[in-house]
Amino acid sequence: METASATVRRRPTWLVGLVPVVVLAVAIGVFVALDAPGLDRIGVPEEELAVERAVLHPGEIELHVRNDGADPVQVKQVIVNDGFAGFTQSTEEIGRLGGAQVDVQYPWIEGENYEVMLLTSTGATIDHSIEAAVETPDADLGFYGLMALIGLYVGVIPVAIGMLWLPWIRTVDVRWMRFLLAFTVGLLGFLAIDALLEGTELAGEGPQALGGAALVWLGAVGAYLALAGVDAWLRGRKEKQVSAWRAAFLVALGIGLHNLGEGLAIGSAYAIGSLALGAALVVGFALHNTTEGLAIVAPAAKERVSLGRLALLGLLAGAPAVLGAWIGASAFHPSVAAVMFGIGAGAIAQVIVQIAPQIRGGDGRLLNPLAAGGLLSGLVVMYATGLLVSV
Amino acid sequence: MLQWGLMRKLWESKVSRRRLIGGAAATGAALPVLHELVPHNGIHGGASTAEAAVEHQRAAHSGSGHLGAVGRVDNAANGFDPHELVRDFDEGVVRNGVREWEILAENREIEVAPGVKYAAWTYNGRVPGPTLRAREGERLRVRFVNGSHHPHTMHFHGVHRDVMDGVPGVGAGNIDPGHSTVYEFDAVPFGLHLYHCHSTPLADHIAKGLYGAFVIDPKGGRPPADELVMVMNGFDTNFDRSNEVYAVNTVAFAYVNDPIEVKRGELVRIYLVNVLEFDFLNSFHIHANFFDYYPTGTKLEPRDFTDTVIQGQGERGILELRFPYPGRYMFHAHVSEFAELGWMGFFEVTG
Repeated sequence: METASATVRRRPTWLVGLVPVVVLAVAIGVFVALDAPGLDRIGVPEEELAVERAVLHPGEIELHVRNDGADPVQVKQVIVNDGFAGFTQSTEEIGRLGGAQVDVQYPWIEGENYEVMLLTSTGATIDHSIEAAVETPDADLGFYGLMALIGLYVGVIPVAIGMLWLPWIRTVDVRWMRFLLAFTVGLLGFLAIDALLEGTELAGEGPQALGGAALVWLGAVGAYLALAGVDAWLRGRKEKQVSAWRAAFLVALGIGLHNLGEGLAIGSAYAIGSLALGAALVVGFALHNTTEGLAIVAPAAKERVSLGRLALLGLLAGAPAVLGAWIGASAFHPSVAAVMFGIGAGAIAQVIVQIAPQIRGGDGRLLNPLAAGGLLSGLVVMYATGLLVSV
Repeated sequence: MLQWGLMRKLWESKVSRRRLIGGAAATGAALPVLHELVPHNGIHGGASTAEAAVEHQRAAHSGSGHLGAVGRVDNAANGFDPHELVRDFDEGVVRNGVREWEILAENREIEVAPGVKYAAWTYNGRVPGPTLRAREGERLRVRFVNGSHHPHTMHFHGVHRDVMDGVPGVGAGNIDPGHSTVYEFDAVPFGLHLYHCHSTPLADHIAKGLYGAFVIDPKGGRPPADELVMVMNGFDTNFDRSNEVYAVNTVAFAYVNDPIEVKRGELVRIYLVNVLEFDFLNSFHIHANFFDYYPTGTKLEPRDFTDTVIQGQGERGILELRFPYPGRYMFHAHVSEFAELGWMGFFEVTG
């Protein structure tokens, strides 16, 4: 008895905090067991499926679908271009948010368009169009090699070239340094805005049940907070070159996340055969991404950064393009891509906040004439070089 | 960056650029399944080698190529079987010299393609409704009971007084749920006709299943034959004003899975009615054979000797043919789209 009462007295406070959680769990259990008393559904089931990915093999169209609605969906027939087609599926019934793979046997012809309709048990149809059909490349070694090469061309090499501006930057005086940093902020601002807009549009195409456009903003806020944390942690460490290294590191990280999205876009475009691989694309990206190299080294101009660290920064900024190309070409998913765009935007926003104080003029004003000019120049250059790679 | 726009485009698959096809049919296997399955050899003669070739060809293709839908329709759950319906003629009951039927309109969920359910409106629980059959000049009496949730009518094609025409606003007009009426008229002219609901919205009332064939035999009758009724119909399962499923006698590919059995050399008479909604035309095409065609069946001499006939909405006609060779012969709408969406079948000729 004595021991028991002692235990009661020493009951940890976190147990008390669990009480509402337990009550909630019990309430949910009872509610579900009684099948939501008093809440009868009106209307007919709302069947929604999102086709997340279509993979084309010779004689077969492989659809990856996700239940986007509130009710379970049963795919009963598949119609391709006005004809019933043979198919197999990974599951008979797709529950809410559940995924399934539908393999449709169909002798599709390269370059032609196909309308695929999934006919459900209630007669509803889910439409998906495939335009200019082309075989999805096999993810073999050669394919990953090609994607790595593209990633190098558009990510790593241009960034590295851009970093060669470092010796020159060290020679410019403090006022023009402000201009260069403002120019960098302009470049980054353009990337952030574009990432948010495109990510939002992309999220609209994916399953809305997974969050839609909110995914982009969650990604952005998450990335911003995570980088702010990293920044605070770096500040806490007493390193000699702390400020320059830290700023350059954060810029490289932000640009790296951005290039991940870039690689994703290239890889998935290649996978459906809509990417014209060639000199124009590579040249466009080279010009476009070289400015990113400048953005990395500009904050580091005032202090010495070892060559090894510079190489690390270059890889951090450029190499994610390779990773993105691999993911984009082999496992593209619009909702995941939307989150990645959001992360890229959030990371860039954090970098901008980092750099911004350094572009203040002697009078402490942020938007001094040189800074404003630099910002504008950055935006314009990014827009203009971007035109070279718009497809 | 700007290629993100590209990514969005590819997700929407809105790539406007079309690839030039360099002759490489990399996909292969684009064989015209329809014709693969037809034993072309048969028509060239009854030589045993040719027939052996037919058997060989059939065996070779029994396991390859997809034809039809995946799975089977549960005819028992539907309450009617296209294979029984195809030879089911309802002659009603003759009382005091008057031929009488009782028809009930009722809602019923039916399976129109394997696994795909459709909330149909039916006459006597089946789609198409019963094939009503009478003889030229007889007095007909149809008692119609509306057991459904919407007003309905029965509108017969034929020659009769306006009050018996089964249209809203004339005679009994719309028959409300729970109410009934009697349509009475003479069986004229002889031929193949149809009946259907004429309540508005008209396309919906017809498309949901309220129709059937109406046969009036000529006074002297027609030569004995193996008689079949085929009502060409379709179903708009997603309510987009176009059909997702096409068929004869409602169930997509029913006669692909289980062919209609007929005897070699025997006269086969097909009562063919087109009640399709949302599409202007429908057609019937027989493989490896020709038929005599009697439009609307109102003359005793055929107008045509052909293998393909086109019918507009509400059009119908009688086909007569004999199968000279045993085997499996396809018939389908020569509107290929309808064929591949369910309006396709086989005759199995024996003897």
